[in-house]
Amino acid sequence: MENFLTQTLVYLGAAVVSVPIAKRLGLGSVLGYLIAGVVIGPYALSLVGAQADLMKFAEFGVVILLFLIGLEVRPSMLWDMRKAIFGFGGTQVVGTSLAIAAASMLLGLPWQTALAVGMVLAMSSTAIVLQTLDEKGLRQGPVGRAAFGILLLQDLAVIPMFALLPLLATVAPQTHGDAGGHGASLIAHLPAWAQGLSVFAAVAAVVGGGRYLVRPVFRFIAKARLREIFTASALLIVVAVASLMQIVGLSPALGAFLAGVVLAESEFRRELETDIEPFRGLLLGLFFITVGAGVDLPLIARQPWLLAGLVLGLMVLKFLVLYGLARLFGAPKRGALAVAAALAQGGEFAFVLLSFTVGAGVIGASLAALLTAAVAVSMALTPVAMILYERVAALMDAAIPDVVPDTGDFDEGEPDIIIAGFGRFGQITGRLLSANGFKSTVLDSDIEQIELLRRFGRRVHYGDATRLDLLRQAGADRARMLIVALDDREKTVELVETARKAFPNLVILARAWDRRHAYDLLANGADAVERETFESALALGATALQKLGFRAHRAHRAAAFFRRHDRRMFEELRPMWGQEEAYILASRDAAQTMDRLLDADLHRMRPGDGGGAWDTASLDEELRERAQQEGAE
Amino acid sequence: MSDANTGSVTAATSGVLLVLAHPALERSRANRTLAKAAKSLSGVTFKDLYETYPDFVVDIETEQAALVAHDVVALQFPLFWYSTPSLLKEWLDIVWLHGFAYGEGGEALKGKKLFVACTTGGSAKAYHAHGYNRFNMDEFLRPLEQTAHLCGMDWETPFVVHGASVKDDAALKAEAERYKARVTSLLPAPRVSGKTEA
Repeated sequence: MENFLTQTLVYLGAAVVSVPIAKRLGLGSVLGYLIAGVVIGPYALSLVGAQADLMKFAEFGVVILLFLIGLEVRPSMLWDMRKAIFGFGGTQVVGTSLAIAAASMLLGLPWQTALAVGMVLAMSSTAIVLQTLDEKGLRQGPVGRAAFGILLLQDLAVIPMFALLPLLATVAPQTHGDAGGHGASLIAHLPAWAQGLSVFAAVAAVVGGGRYLVRPVFRFIAKARLREIFTASALLIVVAVASLMQIVGLSPALGAFLAGVVLAESEFRRELETDIEPFRGLLLGLFFITVGAGVDLPLIARQPWLLAGLVLGLMVLKFLVLYGLARLFGAPKRGALAVAAALAQGGEFAFVLLSFTVGAGVIGASLAALLTAAVAVSMALTPVAMILYERVAALMDAAIPDVVPDTGDFDEGEPDIIIAGFGRFGQITGRLLSANGFKSTVLDSDIEQIELLRRFGRRVHYGDATRLDLLRQAGADRARMLIVALDDREKTVELVETARKAFPNLVILARAWDRRHAYDLLANGADAVERETFESALALGATALQKLGFRAHRAHRAAAFFRRHDRRMFEELRPMWGQEEAYILASRDAAQTMDRLLDADLHRMRPGDGGGAWDTASLDEELRERAQQEGAE
Repeated sequence: MSDANTGSVTAATSGVLLVLAHPALERSRANRTLAKAAKSLSGVTFKDLYETYPDFVVDIETEQAALVAHDVVALQFPLFWYSTPSLLKEWLDIVWLHGFAYGEGGEALKGKKLFVACTTGGSAKAYHAHGYNRFNMDEFLRPLEQTAHLCGMDWETPFVVHGASVKDDAALKAEAERYKARVTSLLPAPRVSGKTEA
């Protein structure tokens, strides 16, 4: 216990001291963690003990990372990315493996070993790449997408590699059992068909369980209102899936990703994300620290030039292959540079694969130690590579004046309106406003959408509108109005809140998801809101009435009455918002009142009913009576 | 809704309900000037129909309550095809119902005053037996006059501004003052000491 506390103290202390400093120096948090690891590692201050166990624990951070990524990825999006994943990703793995193998053969390795080295080093580090891209704000754009596709395919490629690597053995394999996390398959002794079947069953279990089992369970847990149990069950899912995958010999990270994708469409997605996010951050940090601590300083000290040559060779080779392929797959120069720089390191899978190959007798132990050090150093150098990339990109921008940087100058003069989010909703609003002569600046964070709109000649800027600096750049302190038309509930609230604080004079209109969201937005400073489906649903309802036999004007009026009563109810309940009990009671009450009033209004329009608009029954009756009197006279 | 600017209306019936109907007020200098002058008077409740009911779905309860709460109903509008703008007509059609404004049990407006303030594009000369419009304003406003009669209301002499769009600022200002004076004269005498009239 005491040991545990000391260790925790060392790790947390190192992280807390070094990461903020590294960030402050512009090195990024990953490098901060890595440096912290080196410093507390066995070869420097030697403050930490056994690394192997901790490494496995920390690798779980990568699993969680992929689960979270999976949550962001809907199956349809995966399908859209098939070119990036299989085309770019596949050729990258094959191309890099062969290039490194060729280079290794030139250095005198037999072809089997060379090929194994190639495969091992073709992997990049998911954790480092995604963290770095996140920090540079490149995750969501085309660069992030391409990088993500490659990393995903690498995770997939690990599976056949475990099958292929033993075939490359040049010496008699040692024990097969302790082949690291991935080789430790419990079904290895089964015949091939049974193995295939179990893999299939495991994947089916993840998909089926995610679809049909997890949601009712979560619903049950959510009702219990125990936040920590919800967190615990979220972690349980990740751990369970990871273990299941390990049993059948698949990558746990891949399994977690799959589980994430399955749950991406569930109503608990946001909840899961926010609950698990902190674990991801901490475990990934731990992971980077262990990588740093694993850097074999004495080995580096003994053969500094060899190692430097290896690292440089590895990174340059990977960079060149990536850059070439990226250009081949149609990326612009800048984007290709970014992808290549981001992915040029060795990955965490290399550590796993190396220990596996040593066990399988493919790569010698001393070579493996050298490569492990090279990979670790290359990982540590990734932030440096990204800094270099940024320098080059800045030079490129300076050299080519007509390049429009994504978040660059908004040069269309003073906008009247800033529209954040230009999808299905924002476009309609935006078109109405521009048709009426108002100038707008449009921000959207979906790069494909932007490319599409630009093809139609619209000026749309890429960027996350919740960023204050971007808003300011878009002219928020001069504009009259901000229209928030994002299709993300939380982001909408966040943006309204940010903008209200920073630009008190700006009129803020927002697209609301539903009634509750609408209240939330108003409470956070929106001047007016519109529930996104309300008007269209009402219009469809009016059409339905018409198709059911109402005359058009009656259907139109029926919808108008409904709108009026609903809006009144919305206003009446507004003061109650925030007091859950009172709100529910009042809304039940108001719903009844509204039904009654609406009924009365609609009643007036019914044929044959009295006292209605445009005088019907009661006037008819009086006229009839009068006619009878006149007739009698 | 937008009849919120009632200011100091007391629970008892009082004051003027000024109902303005102009579909494009932003283009009508005359109606803007007149409305601005009149609505600043205390005791006047201002209702901009096209601003309140852009979709023409007039709310019966709200409108009937407003009518009941005032002694004078003033209608301000530009003359369109010798009649009221369509929303004002819709407002009459839908709010001034049988059993409320007229007919059996329809006495809600009885004893109140109906006052019309109307702008025309044509000159005063045009609204004359020998002018191109062939009838004078009293004749064109007969339907409203009869409406008042049927509802038991007192028909006040209409306030008419001819050639509204060609008047210069000074002339308009003078009209606005004249309008203000007319509306003021319609307001019940200061009721400081309770009801002195009737």
